[in-house]
Amino acid sequence: MKAPLSWIKEFVDIDLPLAELAHLITMAGMEVEEVKIIGLPMPAPGTLDAKVTGLEWDREKIVAASISEVLPHPNADRLTLCKLFDGEREHLVLTGAPNLFEYKGIGPLPKPLIVAYAKEGAQIYDGHAEGLVLTTLKPAKIRGVDSYSMVCSEKELGISEEHEGIMFLADDVKAGTPLVDVLGDAVIEVNLLPSFARCASILGLAREIAAITGKPLKLPKWDVQPPAGKADFCTLEITEPKNNPRFTAGLVHNVKVGPSPEWVQRRLKMYGMRSINNIVDATNYAMIELGEPLHAFDYDKLVKRAAGKPVKIITRAAKAGEKITTLDGIERKLDTFTTLVCDEAGSLSIAGIMGGEETEVSDETTNVLLEGAVWNMINIRKTARAHNLNSEASYRMSRGVHPAMAERGQRRCLEFMRAWAGGEVAPGLADAYPLPANDPVVEVTEQDVKRWLGIDIPVLQMAELLARLEFKVVVSGTSVKATCPDHRLDINEGVVGKADLVEEIARVYGYDNIPEMRMADNLPPQIGNPVLVKEERVRDLLVALGLQEAISYRWSTPEREAKRLSPDAEQDNKPYVKIANPLAYEKGFLRHSVLASVLDVAERNSRIRERLAFFEIGPIFLAGEDPSGLPDELKRLAMVLGGARSASGWQPADTGAMDFYDLKGVVHGLLQGLRLNDVKYEAGEHPSYHPGKCARVMVGDKQIGVMGELHPKVKGNYDFPATFKVPVLAAEFDLDLLIELVPPLYQTVDVPVFPPVIEDLAFILDEELAAEKAEALIRQTGGKLLADVKLFDIFRSEQIGAGKKSLAYKLTYIAPDRTLEAAEVAALRNKIIKRMEYEFKAKLRG
Amino acid sequence: MAEENVLQELEDALAKGLEDLKSVASEEALLAWRNQYLGKNTAITQAFQSLGKLSAEMRPQVGQAANRVKVALEAALAERSESIKESALAASIASEKLDVTLPGRPMTPGRLHPDTQMLRELYRVFGEMGFQVYRSREVETDEYNFQLLNFPVGHPARDMQDTYFVEAGERGDNPIVMRTHTSPGQVRSMREYAATNPENPPAIRLVLPGMCYRYEQTDARHETQFDQIEGIAVGEGITFSNLKATLSDLARRLFGQNVRTRFRASYFPFTEPSAEFDVECFLCGGKGCAVCGGGWLEIGGCGMVNPNVLRNGGYDPERYSGFAFGLGPQRIAMLRYGINDIRYFWENDLRFLEQF
Ligand SMILES: [Zn+2]
Repeated sequence: MKAPLSWIKEFVDIDLPLAELAHLITMAGMEVEEVKIIGLPMPAPGTLDAKVTGLEWDREKIVAASISEVLPHPNADRLTLCKLFDGEREHLVLTGAPNLFEYKGIGPLPKPLIVAYAKEGAQIYDGHAEGLVLTTLKPAKIRGVDSYSMVCSEKELGISEEHEGIMFLADDVKAGTPLVDVLGDAVIEVNLLPSFARCASILGLAREIAAITGKPLKLPKWDVQPPAGKADFCTLEITEPKNNPRFTAGLVHNVKVGPSPEWVQRRLKMYGMRSINNIVDATNYAMIELGEPLHAFDYDKLVKRAAGKPVKIITRAAKAGEKITTLDGIERKLDTFTTLVCDEAGSLSIAGIMGGEETEVSDETTNVLLEGAVWNMINIRKTARAHNLNSEASYRMSRGVHPAMAERGQRRCLEFMRAWAGGEVAPGLADAYPLPANDPVVEVTEQDVKRWLGIDIPVLQMAELLARLEFKVVVSGTSVKATCPDHRLDINEGVVGKADLVEEIARVYGYDNIPEMRMADNLPPQIGNPVLVKEERVRDLLVALGLQEAISYRWSTPEREAKRLSPDAEQDNKPYVKIANPLAYEKGFLRHSVLASVLDVAERNSRIRERLAFFEIGPIFLAGEDPSGLPDELKRLAMVLGGARSASGWQPADTGAMDFYDLKGVVHGLLQGLRLNDVKYEAGEHPSYHPGKCARVMVGDKQIGVMGELHPKVKGNYDFPATFKVPVLAAEFDLDLLIELVPPLYQTVDVPVFPPVIEDLAFILDEELAAEKAEALIRQTGGKLLADVKLFDIFRSEQIGAGKKSLAYKLTYIAPDRTLEAAEVAALRNKIIKRMEYEFKAKLRG
Repeated sequence: MAEENVLQELEDALAKGLEDLKSVASEEALLAWRNQYLGKNTAITQAFQSLGKLSAEMRPQVGQAANRVKVALEAALAERSESIKESALAASIASEKLDVTLPGRPMTPGRLHPDTQMLRELYRVFGEMGFQVYRSREVETDEYNFQLLNFPVGHPARDMQDTYFVEAGERGDNPIVMRTHTSPGQVRSMREYAATNPENPPAIRLVLPGMCYRYEQTDARHETQFDQIEGIAVGEGITFSNLKATLSDLARRLFGQNVRTRFRASYFPFTEPSAEFDVECFLCGGKGCAVCGGGWLEIGGCGMVNPNVLRNGGYDPERYSGFAFGLGPQRIAMLRYGINDIRYFWENDLRFLEQF
C-alpha cells in the first residue's frame, strides 16, 4: 500500500522527521518497504531503515512561476517561448509542452498560468530518457534560442511517469515560492499483513499513526451527502446475506464526466493508479482514502434495462455456466461460488472484483448510481483466484471490509462526485443490511496484561491506549470493557479477543518498552530424545570413519530413482507419493530411496574429486495404509564410497581403489561404534549390487541393511566420468531399526595387568569355507583366555593346492589374574588345531 | 717376567692408552681401542693372570695397580664414547634439514553437513536453556499444518505460505500438504504432553527442527525446501517479556555478547501478540551495510501462542500461556559465513561442503 504523506496529514498532524515516522510505522507492524521522496529533503543515509528513492528539490532553484504570455518560437513550430516570472525577474523560457499550444500567440493571458520552474543548475530527471535519469540544467542554444532553465513535467520532478505536458499549479500559488513548500511530499509504501486489512487505506494508516504518536485523529465528516430523504431511485434485494452482508446505493444526477482536479489526479498517480475521469477517480479516491471499494454504474443504462419498471438491484450467486463480460473486455465463465450484482435483466458485475462492460460509466454518462457494498472475503478470494483478477477492490474485499465502511465510502464518494463532476446528489441512500456486524465487546484486565506481557500497565492507561485506536472503552476496577470499532474485523470474542486486545495494547505501548525478563517458572520435566542422540552418534561415527555428510532434496522422479536398480532385476513397484502442484516434474515425487540421493551426490562430485565418500540420513516416503491418509516416513541411512583409498600427495600413499572391504570396514566400524553385538554379514543378492559382492547385514536375526559393490549395470546408469573406472560401493540401512537395536548402555573390561602371549597360526582350508566360520571356531575354542583373533594374511598357491587357501591368524592369549604358563597356551593351541582339523579338515601350515 | 716390569707395563699401558684415545674419533675406532687396552690380551689381563705367580708382597701392589689402570681406562673410554656420540648426533642433526614449507600428507576427514552443524549448535544453546528437541513428520494434513494453528480454510493468512499439496484423492477441506513450517509440531507436541496428564498438562519447553516446503521458485535467496527450528514454551506464567529475554539470550549466544535485538509488531495466525525478531547486524555493527541495509538483520518470527492453538493442543488458555518462535538455520549460516546462494545447501557440491 502506497500512501502520500500529504494525504495522511489530512487526518493526523505529523511533526516527526520522515525517518522516525517510518521507524514507528515499521515497529507497529506495518513494515515500511520504500519511501519515495518527492521534493522534500532526503533523509541522511542510514537513518531510514527502508529503501529510499526519489528526488529532493532545491529550494532556491525549483520554484513556482507564473506565465503571462506564450509566444511562438521563431524557428520551430513544435516549440514555444513562455514569458515567465519566477518571483525575482522575468525570463523567456523555451518549452515543447503540448498543453501550452492552446495559449500560443494569443497575446497576454487573461489569467497567468502557475507552473513549476527549474532554474539553471537545478537537478531534475531527464523527461525524455527511459526511466529515471538525473540531469542538471545547463545553458544551451536550442534552434537559435538561449535556454538555461525549464518549466517542468511531473516526470521531470519525480512525481509520476507523466511527461505529456507541463504541470499546472493552483492559481493562488505565488511566483517564487519554493516548489517543495507547495508540492513537497513523500510516498510511504508499507507491506500490509493480513491482520492489517483495516490499514489498506489512507485513513487506516493515519489512525495507526495517530495511535502510536498520541496525536488526535481528524476524521472526515461522514454525513455531508446525500441530502436527507427517502431513496426512490432503486430497490435492493440481497439473496444470500452471508455472501453480501450489506449493499448501499446512492445517485448523482447531471454529472459532467471529465478530468478530475489536478491535485486529485496527482494523488492517484502517487498512489500508483491512473486517472480515468472524475467519476471513476472519485470511486478510486474514496476507496484509497477509506478502504471501501466502490463501483459506479451508468444509471440511464440501468433504467433502460429495466424497460419501464423501477430499477432493482439484486445480488445472487452465479448460475452454473453463467457468463459475464467484465470492463476489461474479457468474457468470463463463472463458478457457482461467485457472487454477482444483477438487475432484473441480468448480471451487471462480479461482486467486489470487477464491473461489467455494459453498464460502465462513459463520457456520455450524466446520471451515476454508486454501489458501496461488502462481500464475503473467502468467496471473493476464491473468485479472484479462479479468474486471476487481482484488482484494488478484490485486494481489499478478500481481506475483509467492515459493513459500516460501505455506508461511509458511499457518502464520501457521493460528495467527491458532486464536487468534481458537478450535478446534484439525489436524496436518500438505498441501504440493505440484512446481516449487521456484531462488533465484539471484550473485557481485559490488568491481570490479563500482566499474564501475557509480563508488565504492569494501569487500567486507565490500557483504556487510553485502546481508545487511541477508536475502541469504545469503559473502565471498572482493574478491567476495561472495550467495544471493537466498526472499521475492523480482526478482533474476536472471548479469550482470543483478550489476546487480540493485549496485542493492540502492546503494539501501541511499544514492544520496545516491554522489558526483558528471563523465564522464572520451574524448568519443565526434561525428557530426552534418545532417538536423536543415537542418530547423531551415527553421524559422528561416519564422520570419524572419513565420510562426508550430504543432505538432498526429498523429491525425485521414479525414472531417476530407477537408476539405482539393475534393469535385469525386479523394479521398484511401490506407488510414489506425488506432489499435486510440483514446481517441475523433477520435483514431483517424494523419494523412495536415500541411496538414490547419495548416488546422485557421488555422481555429481565424481568430476571434481578422486575420492568419494558420502552418507545421508533422512526420510523416505511410502504411500501407507494409515487412516489419516498420511504416508509413512521412514528413516534411512545410505552411504557411497568409490575411488582412491586415500588422497594423493607428493609422497607415496595408498591411492588404490576402494573395494568391498573398505566399505565393510566403514560399516563394521559404525556397528561396533554403536555397540551392536551379534553382527553378521551374509552373502546376499539385491537389485542394486553385484551378485557376488553383496552382503546382507544382520544383527541377530534382523536384517538392518544391504551393502555391496554396485552392479556394473547400475554403475553404468550413472554418469561417472570415463576415468572413474573403479567400483562404486554402497550400502543402505533401515535407520529406524538400527537405532532401535542400539543398546542404551554397554560394559567395558579392565585393562590387562599381566603380559599377553601372542602367536601366529595358519590353516589350510577349503576355498569355500567362509572366513567368518573359521574365526568363530577359533574364538569359541579359545574361550575366555583367547582375547583376540586377527586375520593377517590370506595365501593361495599351487603348493597348497587348487581350491584351497591359507588363513593366517594372530592369536592373543591373556589371563586377567595371572601370567599364562607356556603349558596352558600350548594346551589351548592344540585344542584349537584339533577342532579346526576335525570341523573343517583344516591342515596346520608349518 | 720381572715383578717391577709388570707394574711398569701397567703404567705404560695406561699412558699409551690415554694417549691413543685422544685420536679415536669414531665408534669403530673406539671398539678397536677397547679391544686393544681393555680386551682379552692386554697388560691388565696379563697382570691379573700373573698374580698367582707373584710374591705375597707384590701381589696386592700389582692387583691394585691393575685395577686402578683398568678403572682409569674404562672411565676414559666412557667419557670418550659419550663425546663421540654427542658429536655424531650433532653431525647428524646438522645434516638433516626438511623443507617445512612442503605440504603435509593429505588426510581424508569426514565432515558434517553445514546444516547439521548449525542445528547442533542451536540444539546445544537451546538445550542449555532447557529446550529439548521434538521432531515430527514432514508430510502433514491441512488440519495440523493450518487449521489447528488458526489458519481457517480460505483465510488470507494462507497466502503467506504457498503450499505444496500431495495427491491423496478427494479430502475436502483437509488435503495432505508438505508442511510449510515446523509449527504442526506445536500441536502434536502439546497433545502428546497433555495426554500424559489431561487435567494438569505439564509445562513444555521444546525446539522443533526440520525440513519445510514452500511452493516458490528457487533463487539465490529462496529455497523451496528449507529447514526451520522452532521453539515453544508453555506454562503457567510464560510472558512476552520472557520471550524477549529468551530470544535476546539466544542472539547473544549466536552473534556475540554485545549484540542488540529488536521486536517489531507482526502477524502470524498462531501467535498473538506476534513479532518479527531482528538482530543488530553483526557484520557492520549496526551502521548499515549491503547485507542488512539499515543495520538490522531479520532473524525470525515469534509471539505468544494464540489461545486457540493452546486449546487445540489440550492446554486451557485461561490458565496456560506460552511463546513460540521460528528461525532459519540456513539463514543464520548464510549471514555468518557469507554464503551468497541458499541453493548450495542441498546441491552437496564438495567445494561447498568442504568449507565447513
Ligand atoms: Zn550490516
